[in-house]
Amino acid sequence: MANRNSEAVFQNIDWFMVVIYLLLVTMGWLNIYAAVYNDDHTSIFDTSQSYGMQLVWILSSFFLAFVILVIDGEFFPTFAYILYGIFVLLLIVVLFAGVDVRGSKSWIEVGTFRIQPAELAKFATNLALAKYLSNVNIKIEKTGTKLIAASIFMIPAAIIIMQSETGAALVYAGFILVLYREGLSGIFLILGAAGVVLFITTLLVDKAILSIILGAIAVFAFLFIRIRIRNILAVAGILLLSLVAVNGVDYAFNNVLESHQRKRINVLIGKEIDPKGAGYNVNQSMIAIGSGGLAGKGYLNGTQTKNNFVPEQSTDFIFCTVGEEWGFIGSTVVLGLFLLLILRIIFMAERQRSAFSRIYGYGLASILFVHLAINVGMTIGLAPVVGIPLPFFSYGGSSLWSFTILTFIFIRLDAYRFQILR
Amino acid sequence: MNLFSDRKYVISAIFISLILIYLIRLFYIQVIDKKFKLAANDNALRHKIEYPERGIIYDRQGKIMVYNEPAYDLMVIPKRVKTIDTSDFCQMLEITKEEFIEKITKLKKQKFSSFKPEIFINDISLETSLPLQEKLIKFPGFFLQARTLRKYPLKIASHALGYVGEVDDKIIAQNPYYRSGDNMGLSGIEKSYEESLRGQRGVKIVMVDVYNRERGSFDGGKYDTASVLGKSLYSSIDAGLQEYGEKLMQNKVGAIVAIEPASGEVLCMVSSPTYDPNLLVGRAKSKQYRRMLLDTLKPLFNRATMAKYPPGSTFKLVNALIGQHEGVINENTLFSCSRGFHFGGLTVGCHPHASPVNLRYSITTSCNSYYCNTFRNTLLKYKKTSEGFTVWRNHVLSFGLGKKIPIDLPQESSGNVPTVKYYDRYHGAGRWNAISIISLAIGQGEMGVTPLQMANFCTIIANRGWYYPPHLIKRIDGGHLDTTYLKRRFTTVDRKYFEVVVESMRNVVTNGTGRIAQLDSLSICAKTGTAENPHGKDHSIFIAFAPMNNPKIAIAVYVENAGFGATWAAPIASLMIEKYLRKEVKRPEMEKRILDANLLPKKSDWVTKK
Ligand SMILES: [Zn+2]
Repeated sequence: MANRNSEAVFQNIDWFMVVIYLLLVTMGWLNIYAAVYNDDHTSIFDTSQSYGMQLVWILSSFFLAFVILVIDGEFFPTFAYILYGIFVLLLIVVLFAGVDVRGSKSWIEVGTFRIQPAELAKFATNLALAKYLSNVNIKIEKTGTKLIAASIFMIPAAIIIMQSETGAALVYAGFILVLYREGLSGIFLILGAAGVVLFITTLLVDKAILSIILGAIAVFAFLFIRIRIRNILAVAGILLLSLVAVNGVDYAFNNVLESHQRKRINVLIGKEIDPKGAGYNVNQSMIAIGSGGLAGKGYLNGTQTKNNFVPEQSTDFIFCTVGEEWGFIGSTVVLGLFLLLILRIIFMAERQRSAFSRIYGYGLASILFVHLAINVGMTIGLAPVVGIPLPFFSYGGSSLWSFTILTFIFIRLDAYRFQILR
Repeated sequence: MNLFSDRKYVISAIFISLILIYLIRLFYIQVIDKKFKLAANDNALRHKIEYPERGIIYDRQGKIMVYNEPAYDLMVIPKRVKTIDTSDFCQMLEITKEEFIEKITKLKKQKFSSFKPEIFINDISLETSLPLQEKLIKFPGFFLQARTLRKYPLKIASHALGYVGEVDDKIIAQNPYYRSGDNMGLSGIEKSYEESLRGQRGVKIVMVDVYNRERGSFDGGKYDTASVLGKSLYSSIDAGLQEYGEKLMQNKVGAIVAIEPASGEVLCMVSSPTYDPNLLVGRAKSKQYRRMLLDTLKPLFNRATMAKYPPGSTFKLVNALIGQHEGVINENTLFSCSRGFHFGGLTVGCHPHASPVNLRYSITTSCNSYYCNTFRNTLLKYKKTSEGFTVWRNHVLSFGLGKKIPIDLPQESSGNVPTVKYYDRYHGAGRWNAISIISLAIGQGEMGVTPLQMANFCTIIANRGWYYPPHLIKRIDGGHLDTTYLKRRFTTVDRKYFEVVVESMRNVVTNGTGRIAQLDSLSICAKTGTAENPHGKDHSIFIAFAPMNNPKIAIAVYVENAGFGATWAAPIASLMIEKYLRKEVKRPEMEKRILDANLLPKKSDWVTKK
């Protein structure tokens, strides 16, 4: 039975996805080699170097992918909550027993390897959310449903924030897109976007002036809405919330954040210029990418990444190597491949008969997208510098395993779609 | 559940639009905005300057006068310095512990370049570096970097050769070739032939990493330029003669200049007191320079080209030539001399000798009266004194006096021959005549002539009326000499008037005032002179050339505060001629008398060459 099952799986695998996955992983590996390349260690298989280690991670990921593909498709919805529970517990354990790495307590040590459960928790969260939302009795309009769905991804995010991994936690915000696809009002998307805009403007504009502007917007809103108690209350409520938020953000910024965090935010929003300080990374990263030109300097010919001008060049800033050595053309190819992958996932998600598979697919697409947007965005100065990896590219076992598991569960679910009659 | 299926378009649109924004941004920073490319080069490329070896200077016989000796800069990479036994280290480098700590902390503070090698101590000589090299293994972070220093193996001709030093801000502002820290010739030949000697600097572009560590050449060295070696110079100086001249002039103040008449090549240029040119090289340079600057005998001053002395009686030769050319005297013209020249209340005294005096005898006996008459008659020939004076002055200038001749050295005084303007201002226009300025007849008064000008003037007589501007460099390896030094110049006095003067100069040595300079059968021609010195004992002057026909050497010797020209300057000149023409000096007594003589002014802190 299992045999026949796995045969069917390999027949129904979406090979298009697998090819894009292999392309991205290979390109990532070659770019890590280029980023840390030096004349002393020229073998790409040298495991004393990060590119050699990355090969180990890649091969182990292939094994993981294979294991996932041969697991019964029913396993994932069935064990979704259990896996979720295990990972939430693991996150809490790490919080107390984790290893301190560069100020963040998010790693557990297994022998000589270090694993970051925050990375791996993503697939479990995605499974749990899919499981919850695929329940036939679920009505997204209900506040309770919204709260439960939100808490499924907010709980791990909160624990991760406590581990001082703000970047990794930020990724969980991507699940809002999943909720939106499943019927959450578009207002929440707009409110979310407005919230981000408001947050940044608060830091840029004096709060008194901002309060007046918000008041003026509210007055205009009164003029254009139909005079109904509900509408008036809504506008007044939003105004009040905004004012509280403005003052709250301002208070938090000045009293809660440490001075180096404030500085980092100030540099990001352009209030402070400090080329060798907090903005140094972004500056060097943009120099590396910008110097690539149209066609790039050629493989292994980058002067900026290779000579360590760009920090975290094989992990968070791996896109600099792409930009510098392959130029605008290479950057476009890489971004294009990612977009193709994400759109393919959406296309595949929409063809699922099972809501579970579809929601899982959207979760995967959203996570990939948030990673891509923040990671690439920070290298070109469009997103805050929060350390999150570029999927499949960045050096690191936890990250590669996490994305491999995430992706191949979806490929497995997709291959299984004909067996689901629901 | 596919109620919201259309939302896939919204979600896809969000994804696509963000990627599009990113692509636009990438296109802007990668293709349109060029500032990142410049910044990247600034980051990663270093222009390493390769200094070519400075040209070597050879003497007339091909002996090396200046070459480059390897020297070292002690470099330090601050990041690599470990805690070391500073007392041992400082002792080795002859610095104090405080100096060491101050230097190292200053270097360590530089944040992003702490892997960049910095100079810790510069100009360490080869001798000092050898024991250092072994010991440095114990001190990580320190290493020696090769460079070169000028070395003067013969320790002679310091004034002619000059010295090399670091460029200052003024030079950098004037000449874009130089950068801070560069060396260039600052005086002498080193300065005037700087462009030939320095060669062409090369630039090598290397990649560096964020710590300034070198990472190999950029783009296979495609943009590198090779350095071009400095050109070698062949000097006309005869090292042997120069050395001998310096030896003779020890414990004396003055100068010797010798020229090969046929070519204008300077055979020696001695300015005394002199110094070992090696003193102005390397670490001790500034200390030595300051010490010499304060020395009352001014060893740094090149008396040969810069000191102005009255020409004294040697100038009578010029007046003899001008007088003939102007037709106021000829070979047979006689003037009487009763212990001098008397006019109204004015007397220019003369030593006792037979009277009347003809031209030849006037030179051999150096009669003052004869030249006062000649000079007066020259000026009286013209209606106005100023007119006559101008004619006379132009003749004088054509002998290379009262102007820069020139010579291929950066420092050259033009000497002084007063102008009509000067006398008009001094006496009032039209209120002076030949008698007011009669001292010019015998080379005293306001006249100022450098030893170089005297030697050149002697060359003119030796050549019977022409000269090549004197020069110290006869050939540039792979270059051309300035044409200034290759064109003959003629005096305004006709060639035919020279022979009688030359013959008379020969008589000066055979039975005149310069008999002391006689050297067996060698036909030395000469003239003695004594320059009045208002500050002390007169200066002793002697000019000579030999042999009389087809002369090989013309020489001028000045010895300050030494009295009569015959006493000190004449034997020195004679010994120099012997040294040059005979290669060997066979008059040990005369030589010993000169070498033993100490004619230095008392109370001097000058110590001659070590
Ligand atoms: Zn007389």
